[in-house]
Amino acid sequence: MAELVQLLFAGLTTGAVYALVALGFTLIFQASEVVNFTQGEFVMLGGMVTVFAMKAGLPLPPAALLAVLVAVATGLLLHRLAIEPAKGATVVTLIIVTIGASILIRGLAQIVFDKQFHALPAFSGDEPLRLLGAAILPQSLWVLAGAAAIVLALWLFMERTLLGKAVRATAANRLAAELVGIDTRVVLALAFAVSAAIGAVGGILVTPITLTHYAVGTLLALKGFAAAMLGGIGNPVGAVLGGLLLGLLEAFAAGWISSTYKDGVAFLVILLVLFALPRGLLGRRAVERV
Amino acid sequence: MAPGTRMKLFVLGALALVLLLVPLLLPSAFHLRVAALVWINAVAALGLALLMGLAGQVSLGHAGFMGIGAYATALGPKHLGLDPLLSLGAGILLAGTLAFLVGRPILRLKGHYLAVATLGLGILVHLVLVSEVPITGGPDGIQVPRLELFGVRLVGPELWYWITGITLLLAAWLALNLEDSSTGRALRALHDSEIAAAVVGVDVARAKLVVFVIAAVYAALAGGLFALFNRFVTPDVAGFLRSIELVTMVVIGGMGSILGAVVGAALLTVLPQALTLFHDYEHAVLGLSIILFMVFLRQGIVPGLAALLARRRPA
Repeated sequence: MAELVQLLFAGLTTGAVYALVALGFTLIFQASEVVNFTQGEFVMLGGMVTVFAMKAGLPLPPAALLAVLVAVATGLLLHRLAIEPAKGATVVTLIIVTIGASILIRGLAQIVFDKQFHALPAFSGDEPLRLLGAAILPQSLWVLAGAAAIVLALWLFMERTLLGKAVRATAANRLAAELVGIDTRVVLALAFAVSAAIGAVGGILVTPITLTHYAVGTLLALKGFAAAMLGGIGNPVGAVLGGLLLGLLEAFAAGWISSTYKDGVAFLVILLVLFALPRGLLGRRAVERV
Repeated sequence: MAPGTRMKLFVLGALALVLLLVPLLLPSAFHLRVAALVWINAVAALGLALLMGLAGQVSLGHAGFMGIGAYATALGPKHLGLDPLLSLGAGILLAGTLAFLVGRPILRLKGHYLAVATLGLGILVHLVLVSEVPITGGPDGIQVPRLELFGVRLVGPELWYWITGITLLLAAWLALNLEDSSTGRALRALHDSEIAAAVVGVDVARAKLVVFVIAAVYAALAGGLFALFNRFVTPDVAGFLRSIELVTMVVIGGMGSILGAVVGAALLTVLPQALTLFHDYEHAVLGLSIILFMVFLRQGIVPGLAALLARRRPA
């Protein structure tokens, strides 16, 4: 029982971060059909900027705010300088643009910051909590609560605000949205800003547990992309579900099968799921027009 | 002469000319080594160009097949006492068989789902190479024995320049013939619309499988050549970044263009060598160059330049 709870919490904690990255993928994909591989770099920026701002003497809250702002600015610049000019290019070309951008951001981070691993202090101490015989880090609860708050805020934004409805309209049908007067360029810029902010918050929350480094973004982008596809791309509920599932799969694979092959088990399961459900767990059935 | 044949002769002629000119203009051992690397990468990029450009299917895990070719060539002599050349053949066969077995279910997926499935496949291969330390040597890599043919040791940059260059020429010739065959036409048809192709009688699943296996074989051949040429391989050869490099070669050169794959391979092999001048700024400049190329020459270098030339020429 204790082991089960332990693995469950470990899985949900990493899963929550994957879910946030997958959510970022989904937002931008919905607004533009662009798969944005810089998503992982936003997580890296969140952690790294906070670490260096705190080293410069700022307390945690303003440092975290600064990190989110830096990530949002990066996201907006990326949209303005790379995605917007490449408008109309093929899907693969756009993927390569975003991969080029992530190499660029990583390259700059390595110069501006450094190549070391960095940690943040846990928000509310390192004393583990006892739950059914398992030891749970308080920071895990911060990650879970933070991720839940973001998902809830995003849901309220999408359902209750005019701007959120504009995003959903653009996702449903870009041309129709433009015809009713929605500026889809603003919607896309907004999607980049929000995705960047979500990624950065994820990075800040998880850095006390996993540490951060200028190159943590690559693997996170892969996992987040895989999680989004597992859930069914373009579906925010699927993204969260896919992220949590991927985290749980990795934790249980590491605990019960082999820790060297935990990444392998996750991808093997994704392959098998896609063989059975070619559009992910919650993906829409699409009909190809001829 | 049919226009298809003329095109084929033009591409092969251009490649052969470059192959002859490089050693005359850049005879140093360093330049020949870089050129041999270009030819090796070009072989892998060619296979991927067929899969992506001709058939419109993407693979984000193609370096996995390169890794299989490279490690088979390294491990065959070490563990089974096989001849390196025979091991290379076994590696190609292994990669082809794997592609054949997983090809059908994977290629049923479309667009981004295909991307993530191939990505997963590449990551699995990489993970095995990293983790099975007693067999593969793990992350530190492994030595590859020297290639000997009829008692003659094949060493020296000049010899390898010609071995890899001639392999590339043969690979390009086969690729051009495939483009011009009935399978090639079937692939072009399903690239535009799978349903329309199926309606006119194209066996879509089979055509996709054929080109996937061919792309895997090209990649494994390139991997094996790399192992024999470099005499040392690490799991990086199968890594995600290698897969992305291969895709970028195809797209930067110009998807669907055989010559484009070679140009893309040349650019992405030479650029990092040149960028070492920038020291710390190497990655930033590489990322920036990729963005600029894709934004300003989005069809790719070869089709982009061809369009520019056509516009200059009076109609």
